Amino acid sequence: MNNPNQPGVVLQINGPIVTLRLPGVRNGEQVRIGHLGLYGEIIALQGDEALAQIYESTEMIRPGEPVAGLGRPLSVELGPGLMGGIFDGVQRPLEKMFLEAGDQIPRGLSPEPLDRERLWNFQPSDLLEPNMPIIGGAKLGSVQETQSLLHLILVPPNIQGELIEIAPEGQYSLNETIARVRLANGHVEKLKLYHHWPVRRPRPYQGRDHGVEPLITGQRILDTFFPLLKGGKCAVPGPFGAGKTVVQHQVARWANADIVIYVGCGERGNELVDVLDSFPQLKDPYSGRPLMERTLLIANTSNMPVVAREASIYVGITIAEYYRDQGYDVVMLADSTSRWAEALREVSGRLGQMPVEEGYPAYLASRLAAFYERAGRVDTMDCGKGSVSLIGAVSPPGGDFSEPVTSHTKEIIETFWALSKELADARHYPAIDWVDSFSADVSTAAKWWHEAVNRNWERRRGEALAILARDSELSRIVNLVGPEALSSAQRWVLEGASLIKEAVLQQSALDPVDTFSSPQKQFLLLDLVLTIYDLGSELIELGVPVQELAGQTVMARLRRCKELYDSSQTEQLLAFQQEAIDSFKVIRAEYAQRLEAS
Amino acid sequence: MGAKEYRTLRNASGGLVTVEDAPNIAFGDRVLIKDQAGTTRNGQVIRSSAHEVLIQVFEGTENLDIEHTWVRFLDEPVEIALSPEILGRVFNGLGRPRDYRPPIVSSLHRGINAPPLNPAARTYPREFIQTGISTIDGLNSLVRGQKLPIFSASGLPHNRLAAQIVRQAKLPDEEGHFAIVFAAMGVSYADARFFKEEFASSGVLSNVVMFINRADDPPVERLTLPRMALTAAEYLAYELDHHVLVVMTDMTHYAEALREVATAKGDVPARKGYPGYLYSDLAEIYERSGRIKDRHGSITLVPVLSMPSDDITHPIPDLTGYITEGQIVLSRELHNQGIYPPVHISPSLSRLMKDGIGKDFTREDHPHLANQLYALYARALETRNLASIIGADELSSRDQRYLEFADAFEARFVQQAENEERSILETLNLAWDLLSMFPQSSLTRVTETEMAKYHRQGS
Ligand SMILES: Nc1ncnc2c1ncn2[C@@H]1O[C@H](COP(=O)(O)OP(=O)(O)OP(=O)(O)O)[C@@H](O)[C@H]1O
Ligand SMILES: [Mg+2]
Repeated sequence: MNNPNQPGVVLQINGPIVTLRLPGVRNGEQVRIGHLGLYGEIIALQGDEALAQIYESTEMIRPGEPVAGLGRPLSVELGPGLMGGIFDGVQRPLEKMFLEAGDQIPRGLSPEPLDRERLWNFQPSDLLEPNMPIIGGAKLGSVQETQSLLHLILVPPNIQGELIEIAPEGQYSLNETIARVRLANGHVEKLKLYHHWPVRRPRPYQGRDHGVEPLITGQRILDTFFPLLKGGKCAVPGPFGAGKTVVQHQVARWANADIVIYVGCGERGNELVDVLDSFPQLKDPYSGRPLMERTLLIANTSNMPVVAREASIYVGITIAEYYRDQGYDVVMLADSTSRWAEALREVSGRLGQMPVEEGYPAYLASRLAAFYERAGRVDTMDCGKGSVSLIGAVSPPGGDFSEPVTSHTKEIIETFWALSKELADARHYPAIDWVDSFSADVSTAAKWWHEAVNRNWERRRGEALAILARDSELSRIVNLVGPEALSSAQRWVLEGASLIKEAVLQQSALDPVDTFSSPQKQFLLLDLVLTIYDLGSELIELGVPVQELAGQTVMARLRRCKELYDSSQTEQLLAFQQEAIDSFKVIRAEYAQRLEAS
Repeated sequence: MGAKEYRTLRNASGGLVTVEDAPNIAFGDRVLIKDQAGTTRNGQVIRSSAHEVLIQVFEGTENLDIEHTWVRFLDEPVEIALSPEILGRVFNGLGRPRDYRPPIVSSLHRGINAPPLNPAARTYPREFIQTGISTIDGLNSLVRGQKLPIFSASGLPHNRLAAQIVRQAKLPDEEGHFAIVFAAMGVSYADARFFKEEFASSGVLSNVVMFINRADDPPVERLTLPRMALTAAEYLAYELDHHVLVVMTDMTHYAEALREVATAKGDVPARKGYPGYLYSDLAEIYERSGRIKDRHGSITLVPVLSMPSDDITHPIPDLTGYITEGQIVLSRELHNQGIYPPVHISPSLSRLMKDGIGKDFTREDHPHLANQLYALYARALETRNLASIIGADELSSRDQRYLEFADAFEARFVQQAENEERSILETLNLAWDLLSMFPQSSLTRVTETEMAKYHRQGS
C-alpha cells in the first residue's frame, strides 16, 4: 500500500484513462484524481507509472494535478441501511446527493453510502461468549433493517481469531464498535455493524450446492415453460422495445425472493424512477410489506460516465452476495449487460488493446463467465443456505443474437428468455419466443411443481409445447398453400395453439389482475386450456366442424379467464372449467342426436 | 488561467496535431489553430500530458504548415449565452446568431455539456399530450417529458409530421402552448425554409428558438448544435418554467458527423464504422429530456432521423431505439399508397403511454382499446400477406373481414389531413367504429363492460 504522505501526480489524461505516478500504489487500488478528487481505480502498472480508469468525466483535468491512493481496492460498504436505497455505479447514495447537490451530479462528491447517524437496535447472538474462536461469516447478531428484513451482522469474511467482547443489546450507530476480536497476530480488530468488501473479489462460502427449487416470478411463460432455479443464471436478450426491462421489473416485483438488487446499467433514468415511484406503493405478495423494503437500486444510467457502468454490476453482485451470506435468496437483475460490455470495450480501446470481434477485447468471454459464476446457491460460512439468482438483459445490436455478447452469454447461462421483435410488434406480451428460449432445469423444477402444485405439471407443459410446435409447422403450410389444405384436426391444432397463446402465454404486466399469476393459477389455466383442447379433438373426430367449436362463447370467455380471476379465485376457475366441459358435452350430445336422426 | 498560445507544433496529419512543451493543458480544452494563411480552425484537446498535447482539428489538417501555425488553448468550456431574448432567434451550431441580429447579451453563460442528471432528481412523466394525430394519440401516446423519435427515411414526410406536431401539441385541458426549440443539423436549404415558414404562418415564431446547421455548413458544428439547443431548452424549462418541445432533425446527420470525427481520431469502430461510444453519445443528448422534481417546466424531445436504406437495424435508429422511450416509424409502403401520415404502427411504440392514458388522463377504455387495435391490425397484416400468396378469394369469410379491417384502418384511422386536429375523444370513437366491424366474441382484449358501453352493436 502506498504511503499517503507520498504525493501522486497526474501525468496524462486520455478520456477516462489517466496515467499517473504514485509510488507504492497497487494494482486495483482506488484513487482520487485531481483537485476535484474524481473516483478512479488502478487497472495496470507500467514501471513507476500506473494507469487508472476514472468513473467520472475527466474534462478539464490537467497534467500535474494531485492524486491520492485510498489504500484499498474498489469496495462497497456492507451493513444495515442498504435496502430501499438508490446508489450510483460506485455506490454513492443518489438521494443524498440530490438533497445536497441538486439536480445534476457534480464531480468528486464522495458522501458515505450508509448513514452514519442512524441508530440500529443490535441484538447479539446468544451463542457467542468471550474467548471463543470466531471465523469470518459467523453471526454476531442482528438488526431489524426493514420491517420484513432481519439483517444478520456477520464477522467480515477475512477476519479470524478470538472473540474478546461483544456489545449487549442496544442502539448503535455504524460508527460504534459492537465486537472486538483478537487476530492470530495479536492485533485487536474492532468490528462494527458494517464492513468493506472489494467488489471484484467474490465473497467466500463453505461450498457450492445445486439449485433445488424454482424462483417463482408469477409470469406464466417463465415459471411454467422456462423455469429458473433459485441460484440460477439467466439471460434475457432482445431487440429494443421487445420487453427486457418489463420482464426484469416483473421479476423484481413478484419473485419469491428475499432481496432484489436491480442494476440499471447504461439504461434510462425514467425506468429507475418508475421503480422508485411504484415500489413503495406495491406490496410484496409474500410478506405483504411495501416492495421497496426488499429492493435496492444501482443506477448508472446511459448519460452517466461510461466507465462506471463497468463497476456497477460488480457493486450490485457484491451486495447480493452479502445478503446471500446471511442465508437469503437474492435476485440480481442487470439491465443491460451489453452496456457493461461496451464499457469494457471503451476502456480496452483506450488502452490500445487488440480488438477481436466488433471491437470487443479478447477477455470479454472470460469476464462475462466470471461474473455469471458469482451466481449460485451456497452453503454459507454460517452453516446456512443462501442463493444469488442472476438475470442479465442483453441488448444485441440490430436484434442479432449472433453478436459477441449474446453468443458468449448464451454459453454460460442455464435459462434463456429470448424476446422476439415479431411477437412484440404483434403486441404478444411478454414477447418471449417459445422456440428460441430454453431452460436446462425443467426436471428439477418439475419435482417442485409436482409436489407443491400438481403431479401432471411436466406432462401438461410438454403437451402445450408440442401443440405450439405443430402450430408453427402447420402455419408454414398455410402460408404456402392456404388454410383449405388443412384437415379439420389440423385446423383444431391451430385453434388450440391460439388458445394457448392468448389464454396462457400472453400476460399483460399492466393488468391489475393478470400481472401476477400464482403457480396454482398458472397450472389451472394451462390445464383448463388443454382440457378443452382435448375434448375438442374428440368432437372434431366425430365430425364437428372447427368453426362451430371456435365460435362457442366459452372460447371467448376462456381467453379472458386470466384477467377475470385472480390467483386466489381457484374455485371460480374450476367452476368455469366445469361449465366449459359441460358446454362441450352438450355439443357432443347434439351431434350424436343429429347423427342418429340422419 | 486565461488563453495560452504555442508555436511548438510537431505533427499534423489525419486531423490531428501534436503540440510539444505545453504543460498543464486541460483535457477537453477548446483550441483555436491559426494556419500560415491566417485562417483559424477549431480543435479540442483529446489527450494531454506535460510534454505532448494531442489536438483534434475539426476542419482537418490539410495544408497545415506546422512551421507557421500557432495554437491557442482557450481554457474554457463551450458555452452559450442565455436570456429570455433567445425566444424568436436563430443561431448556428456554435450559438452565434444567424438571423443578422446582434448576439445575446447576458451575464448568464452555461456550458453546453451539462453534468449528468441525477436519476433521483427525476419525476416520472405522466401528462398526456394531445397531438391531434390519431396514430400517435390513440396508439403511441406522447407524454410531457418523453423522448419519442420519428424514424423516417429519405422522401418520407417526416418534416410535415414534425411541423404538424409542433402546431397542434397541447394538453387537452390546459391553455397555452409549448415553447419550441428547433435544432436542425445538416438540413437542406429547402427544409430549413420549410420550418421557418411553418413557424411563421402558424404564428408561433416568437415562441421558437432555432439552431440551424445547413448541409453546406461545417459538419463539426453539428456536434455542438444539439447540446446548444438542449442547454437553451433546459434554461427555458427549469428557469423560465416553460414546457418545452424540442424537435431535432436529422439525427442521422449528427451521427455521421460524429463518425467522421471519430475516424479521424482513429477510434476503434464498432458497427458500420460508427464508434463504440455512439450509444453513450446519443444518450447524453436524449436523456436530457424529462421532468425534474420541484421544477415547473419540462422537456419533451422529438428527434427525427432518417434510416439509411430504410433499415431499422442500422446503428443510428437501432441505438436511438435502445435509448428513447419508444419510436414513431414511418412506412414507405403507406406513403406510396398516398396515406398521410404514413405511420406504421406495428414497429411504433410509446413506452410511457401506459402511465399517461386511461381513466384519469384520457378515457378508461383507452389502454384496452389500443391493445385491441394493435392485435387486430397485426392479424390483418398477416392475412393480407396470406392473401397476396394464395389470393383473397381463397380466404375464409372471417379472414376476409380482417382484410376489410386493414383497409378501413389505414384509410380512416391512420390517414388524416395535415391540418386535421382530432381530439382524443374523436380518435377513440373512431377506433370503436372500426372495432365494431367485428362481433364482440372475437374481441378479447377489451372488457365486456367496455364493449357494452362503446361497441356499436351494443351488448
Ligand atoms: N408483459 C408486458 N405487458 C404489457 N406490456 C409490455 C409487456 N412487455 C413489454 N411491454 C410493452 O413493451 C414496451 C417495451 O418494453 P421494454 O421497455 O421492457 O423493452 P426493452 O426490451 O427493455 O427495450 P430497450 O432495450 O430499448 O430497453 C413497454 O413499454 C410496454 O409497453
Ligand atoms: Mg429496457
